Parts: sequence; structure tokens; C-alpha cells
Amino acid sequence: MIDFLSRRLAAALVTLLLATVVVFAIVEVLPGDPALVMLGTDARPDTLAALRHQYGFDEPLVARYFHWIGGLLSFDLGSSHAYGTSVAKLIGDRLLVTLPLASLALVWALLVAVPLGVFAAWKHGSAGDWGVMGFTQIGISVPNFWFGILLVLLFAVTWQIFPSGGFPGWSQNLAKSVLSLILPALALSLSEIAILARVTRSSMLDTLREDYVRTARAKGVPESSVLFRHALRNALIPVTTVAGLIAGFLVAGAVIIESVFRLPGVGQLVYDSINNRDLIVIKNVVILFTILVLAVNLLVDLAYALLDPRPRIRA
Amino acid sequence: MTALSRRHLLGAAGAATVFSFGPDVWAQAKDRLVIGISLEPPVLDPTKNAAAAIRSIACPNIFESLGRIDRNGDIQKGLAESWSISNGGKEYVFDLVKGVKFHDGEALDASVVKFSLDRLFAADSTAPGKALYADIEKVEVVDPLTVKVTLKSPNSYMLYNLSIGDAGIMHPKSAATNDKTPIGTGPFAFKERKEGDSITLVKASTYRRPDSIKLNAVVYKVVKDPAAQVSALLAGDIDAFPGFQAPELVERIKKDSRFAVVVGTTEGEVILATNNGKKPFNDLKVRQAMAHAIDRKELIDAESGYGTPIGSHFAPHNKAYIDLTGTYPLDVAKAKALLKEAGYPNGFEASLKLPPVGYAQRAGEVIAAQMAKIGIKITITQLQWPQWLAEVFKGKNYDLTIVAHTEANDLDRYARDDYYWDYHSDVFKAKWKQVVETTDFTKRDELLKECQRIIAKDAVNGFLYQLAKIGVWKKELMGMWENAPTPSDELAVVYWKA
Repeated sequence: MIDFLSRRLAAALVTLLLATVVVFAIVEVLPGDPALVMLGTDARPDTLAALRHQYGFDEPLVARYFHWIGGLLSFDLGSSHAYGTSVAKLIGDRLLVTLPLASLALVWALLVAVPLGVFAAWKHGSAGDWGVMGFTQIGISVPNFWFGILLVLLFAVTWQIFPSGGFPGWSQNLAKSVLSLILPALALSLSEIAILARVTRSSMLDTLREDYVRTARAKGVPESSVLFRHALRNALIPVTTVAGLIAGFLVAGAVIIESVFRLPGVGQLVYDSINNRDLIVIKNVVILFTILVLAVNLLVDLAYALLDPRPRIRA
Repeated sequence: MTALSRRHLLGAAGAATVFSFGPDVWAQAKDRLVIGISLEPPVLDPTKNAAAAIRSIACPNIFESLGRIDRNGDIQKGLAESWSISNGGKEYVFDLVKGVKFHDGEALDASVVKFSLDRLFAADSTAPGKALYADIEKVEVVDPLTVKVTLKSPNSYMLYNLSIGDAGIMHPKSAATNDKTPIGTGPFAFKERKEGDSITLVKASTYRRPDSIKLNAVVYKVVKDPAAQVSALLAGDIDAFPGFQAPELVERIKKDSRFAVVVGTTEGEVILATNNGKKPFNDLKVRQAMAHAIDRKELIDAESGYGTPIGSHFAPHNKAYIDLTGTYPLDVAKAKALLKEAGYPNGFEASLKLPPVGYAQRAGEVIAAQMAKIGIKITITQLQWPQWLAEVFKGKNYDLTIVAHTEANDLDRYARDDYYWDYHSDVFKAKWKQVVETTDFTKRDELLKECQRIIAKDAVNGFLYQLAKIGVWKKELMGMWENAPTPSDELAVVYWKA
């Protein structure tokens, strides 16, 4: 078990190192001059050169790479060129919006999708199954930003139950902050519910055809126990894999949803930083998310080990 | 929150009584204003970054200049209560207003003004507006309330340039930190900022005429998505959107009796910028042919009817404006004939590189269709702003692009040698030199008209239309600027009708 996990951890570290090289290369070849973006069309060449020097944009590539990595290793993320604020603070503030949003969406998606999928598999071929499949088809097709706008029109403009957008801040107003994440989380989770429900359904269908399920039923095990104790536990392995992947997608999908709901999250930060060519912010956010995704994958591996003893034994 | 509105809320919200939530507007007294902005200012110091959003929030609300640009684009008194110009337009003497204090309590005097102006044109200055002040030779303190600015050569725009946000007066003690915590002399003081979300200003207790200011707090909320802008307005989360970006959604707001939709003018000339240095656009006949193919009405229709046709690079609301839209009237046959004369009987292929702004996207499709009618096959490429700046503006690696030139007095760009449309005209340059050097403003208006004619005739760029300023705000909100002669939301004149 320890051996299995330590191998996964080593692989994650190598991935991370490669990621820093790739991220650095991509960010550095982005067309556009941060100094020009800051100073605009009337800036003179000497002014641009002075600013570039001030921010170290004129240093050689390799020096800049090691500068950046050195900073990361000493937990110094530097400061944003565009905002003038520390990158750690910028990202920290934004994570307090995006992580709860993505988690809320993921939890909600699992709570809805797994029972739906189990139900559809159990009633395979029935009207209920068709209903679930139809719903998931719509859920996958509907763009989440459009669904978000519909939610706003209904719940914020017409009924005025939820705010139309914005985020008051956890310390300012906890209740309002929670409320302001509900519609975005719903909008964000729609397609994930659809995907997870389909994965659960097909995985359940496979396990329900297994011999041990037939045996359990023949033994007279109650149907609920057959479904949830025998079949679902084994069916959950692909579901867990997909849920892990989806966690990454949720953060990416949050870029658009954050824009629709005016949430100052990480997605908006990345978007603005790309438009401002705030290179240091882009690099650090991407690396942070690489770490996050790697961590989620490690957790998924851990979950496999708990759900299914085989990987442990092979390791 | 009043009892009535609370009851209303509870009715809608059912059992969720433990939360105090709902549109913020119901909790507001009438001295608080929430303004929506579509572009977030990166910092709040106009000497550190060129973004117009900085100027519209901070100038003159936080930072005041010696003069002040009013809602008609005219120069009024600012931190200087009077000035005189002498020595053939080379010497400016400013008398400062007495008793001015910065928000941190520091006093304003001539040495502070000198420090502030010196920073702009100093050799190591990285101010985006440095070029505007390049003609200044020196700034001297005459006495604590008098400053003398001496120019190397006369510049009839210097007073204007010293009155805009770029020349906002800053104190030596706070200049370095003004990007994050701006401290000026204006009627509003910076309170807090949540990056990506909001900026809050409050009435400055240090301001010299505190009773004239009616608003106690102003919150700028960042709302980028046009659909989200509409829902924020309709839900009552935002009181005003002075620069509403989606003309196609205006009709929706007009239907709501709570709002006023006010259409005004801007300094933004939308042009089909043309690479005059590149074949075939270096041929005047080709540019004339393209000018004859442009249908301005169709372009303005694509903006839902908002915009004023222009025939040169000059704003129609300006006194010196002349209508030159008839220089090359819409005439497809003539356009084709001109192309044939130029040696392109079957037209040619060209690229159109568009920046990521709504008006350019809309106009791009229309222009491509109009050019197709005379045989010019346009390929549209979408660029991000930084790409546009690097590739089109700086690298001159383009055929055509569509962009709004939003600076005031920006005809001088046609006199610049290295500018991105690569236009060189000794006639224009000589005329522009006269514009800059004259001290007689009536004569300057005449010269400006001649300048407009020269570039219209040379069909340097496709002159399309003047961007409209679409302002949307609550009907009870008074004093908002209807026009945008300079990027500024002057809050000192804004109040709620009782």
C-alpha cells in the first residue's frame, strides 16, 4: 500500500516538474508584450524599455525560469505586474470563491447523479430509464452559461430569491456568500450530473450482469442490499475516476460561470491575467492547479485502494 | 431595509427567513451609488497604466489636475484657480487654490505640483502619457501657491494635457503606493478594493467644499458579461452603467420604466485602419475604392443604430468638426472602376485582424461583406488585445483592422512617422505643426478643419462612425455625464433626486 502510493507520488512530482517547463514555455511564447499592455498605444519605445527592465522582462529566458522556480520553492509567488499586489494574496482570495463553488457543484452532482444512475440501471429499459437518459442528453447539450442566465432570470430577476450575481465575501456576510454560490453551483453541475449519471448507469448495468449479483439475488438477498452493497460498490470505481476528472473540469468550467455570476474566482483571475499578460500570475495559477489536479488524482488512487483491494495487492 | 421591502422579500423567499439577503438596493439610503463597469482597472494610478478605466474612476474623483475637463470637453479650473499663458505660448503660470489637502491630511503647495509634473516627463519616467508632456522644459516653484511651467516649444494642447487624468497631482509621500491605495485631493477618497469584484470610494472629509458632495459612498462593481450586466441592472444590484457595452440588449432595458437610457457621444472614432505602407494599400486609388465601398448606415445598423457617421478622424461634437462623409460617397461601380485603374480588376485578398471588442466584431462582418462586393476577399482573424498591440499596432503586421481611437485630440497620430498605419504626408505634418504651435484658438479650429480634409482626401483609413456612449441608470439618479469627452465619471455632480 505504502509502496503503491509512494510510486504514485514520485510520478506526480515528475509530472509537476515537466509541467513547470511546459507552462513556462507556453506563457513565454504568448504573443504580446506586458509592458505595451500596461502603457498603451501612446507609450514611447524608451518608456517601454524602462518598464521592461524594471520588471525584469529583459532578462534571458533561462534566468527567468530559474528565478520563477526558485521563488516557487521558497513559497514566494512574487507580485502581479498588473495589480501590483502579491500573487499569493490574489490567488488565495480567489480560491476562497472557486474551491467552495467547485466543491458545491461536485457534491451536488454526485448526490443527484449516482441515485439517478442506479435507478436507471435498476429499471433498465423502463420509462424511468428513458426519462433519465433523456434528461442527461439535455444536460450534456445545454451550455452551462446559458443555463446560468436562465437561472438568474428566473430566481434573481423574476422571483428575487437569490442574488443575480456578485459575492459579498465570507467575512462580510456568510449567509449571503453561501446563497450567492448556489445558482452558480447548480449551473456548473448540470452537465456533470448528466455525465456522472450516465457513467453510473452503464457501470451499474455491467455489475448487475455479474454472476455474484445473480447469486446474491438467488440467495434471497433483499434488492436494496443487492443494489447498494453488492453492485454499487463495484460500480463506483469508474464513477470515482470520472468524478476525479470532472473536478478538474469544474474549475475550468468555472471561468465562464464566474463571469455570468460576477464571482471573483480563480477562473476570472486567469482570464484577466491572460488579457493583461500578467505572466507571473498565469504561471503560478496554472502550476497551482496542476498541483491540485495531481492531488485529486492521488486521492482517487487512494479511493481505488479503499474500494477495491486489487491495486494494493499488485503493488 | 424598510418594513415594506422586508415583507416583500419574505413573501418571495418563503421559509428562508434566517438569511438577510436579496438585492442590495433595498438596503441603500439615497447617498450610496453602485456603478457597473465592464473593464476592471488593473491599478488605480493613471501614471502607472494606460487603461481608460483607471481614469474614469480615479480622475477627477480621487486625483485632480491643474485644470479639469468638464462634461462638454471644455477646460475648467481644477487645482489651479487661474492661469496665464505668455511668451508666445511657452510660459504657463498657474495660481493654486488655497487650503487644498490630500486625503491623508498632507497639504498641497507648488512644490508638490512640481514633484508631480516632473515625474511625468523625467528621463526615467514610465508614465504612459509621457509623450504628452515631452514639450515641457522645466517646472518651477514661484511661491508656495504659484507654479511656472516652461515649454521648449509652444504646444496649444498643453493646457488640455495638464487638465486630464494623466497629469493628476500626487504627493511625494504617497506617489509610490498610489497604484493600490490612491491618495489625492479630490472629492472622493479610496476606501477598499476587492480585485476582480469591486472598488469602493467614500466622500473625502478633507475636501475643500464638502457640502457640495451629495454621495457618501460609491461602489464600482465589475460586470464583464453583457447578459450579466442586464440581469444585475434588472435585479437592482447595480444603479448605473455609464458605459453599457451591448447595444443589442438596450431594448430590453428600455422596456423597464425604472431606467433611463441616455445616448451620448464619445471621443471614439471607429476606423478601418489600413496599412498604408503595404501593397496594395499604398496605392491611393485602392484606398479610394475601398472608401467608396463603405456603407456607413449598414455599419451603424449593426450597432443597433447607435453611432454617428464620420468622414475623417474627428469627433462630430467638436466645434472644429466638418462633415466629410461625402468625400467618397457609397458608389460600388466607381469603386470597381478605381480598383481596375489601380491594376486590380478582379480585386485581391486581404486580412482583417480584429481586436476582442464588440463593435469591432460587429463591424468586421459588415466590412467583409461590403468589400466582397468590389472583389476584395477579406479573411477575418480574431486577436486578443495583447496580440493586437504586439502584432498589429507595434509590428505593423496586418492589412486591415477595426479599432476605435478613443483619445481626444488624436489627429496628431497622422503626423507620426512610425505609427501603425504608416501614413506619411509632409503637407499634413506641416499643417499639424501649425495646429500645435498656434496660440489663437479660432485659427486652430480652421487649421484643424484643413487637417481633417487632408486625411479624408488621402483616404488614409476607412472612416466609419463615432462610437456612441450608451448610459443606463435609475431614473432618480441625476447629474451623470451623458457624453464622454474624456474618460471620467465625475461623481461630485451626481446625486439622487429626493
